[in-house]
Amino acid sequence: MKSLLIITRRPPAHLAAREALDMALAAAAFGVPTGLLFMDDGVLQLSKGQDAGVLQQKSLTANLEALDMYGIEDVMVCHHSLRERGLNVNQCLLAVNCVDSAQIANLLEHYSEVISL
Amino acid sequence: MNFAIVLLAGPQDPAARSALNFARAVLDAGHQISRLFFYRDAVHLATALGVQPQDEADVYADWRTFISDNKLDGVICIAAALRRGVLNDAEANRWQRPAANTGAPWELSGLGQWVDSLQTADRTVTFGT
Repeated sequence: MKSLLIITRRPPAHLAAREALDMALAAAAFGVPTGLLFMDDGVLQLSKGQDAGVLQQKSLTANLEALDMYGIEDVMVCHHSLRERGLNVNQCLLAVNCVDSAQIANLLEHYSEVISL
Repeated sequence: MNFAIVLLAGPQDPAARSALNFARAVLDAGHQISRLFFYRDAVHLATALGVQPQDEADVYADWRTFISDNKLDGVICIAAALRRGVLNDAEANRWQRPAANTGAPWELSGLGQWVDSLQTADRTVTFGT
């Protein structure tokens, strides 16, 4: 079976963030080995202490917490994108693996399919 | 070679035209397209209600004709479509909406169709961000 890496790059208030997580959960539900990489503004999806209700939105937390339950263990965050936004890995909601650009280049080789949402 | 083509961007994005040009080139070169999958704002392409000025290209009609003429599997993501008000007769009835705005050759189905394409096509090519 081909493996799949999903790169999610949009901030949490953007519908695209939810739609990227939906795709990750759908792929995992079909038994596809799936990795998820948060980068660019996508790293903000992981930031602790958010209140989506203020924007009349539903929180992404439930979807993020479902990743583990669906068997998505490879949850990664781009170190450079975190730093650019003054964040560090301890401020992330999930136990994410922090990766640098060299590791990201390896990921693109490691997974058979890559989609950027 | 067997291609699946995914479009993420809406009708107003140049990617909607690039994807169509690419799909035509795939068939012209003698390859097959096993599925076209439309996600995010690309689902707007399936509306039958878009009206373009007469002297402008109609990307909605061009996609519709391309899919019909080549008898392709043109799938729009049902969850993305419902959110954006793109409904066929069955969904308009189910959600008690006053009208439907899409139908054949478009088909509403789930993300599983994209997952399936990624597994079965020789190449899955995505357009738009």
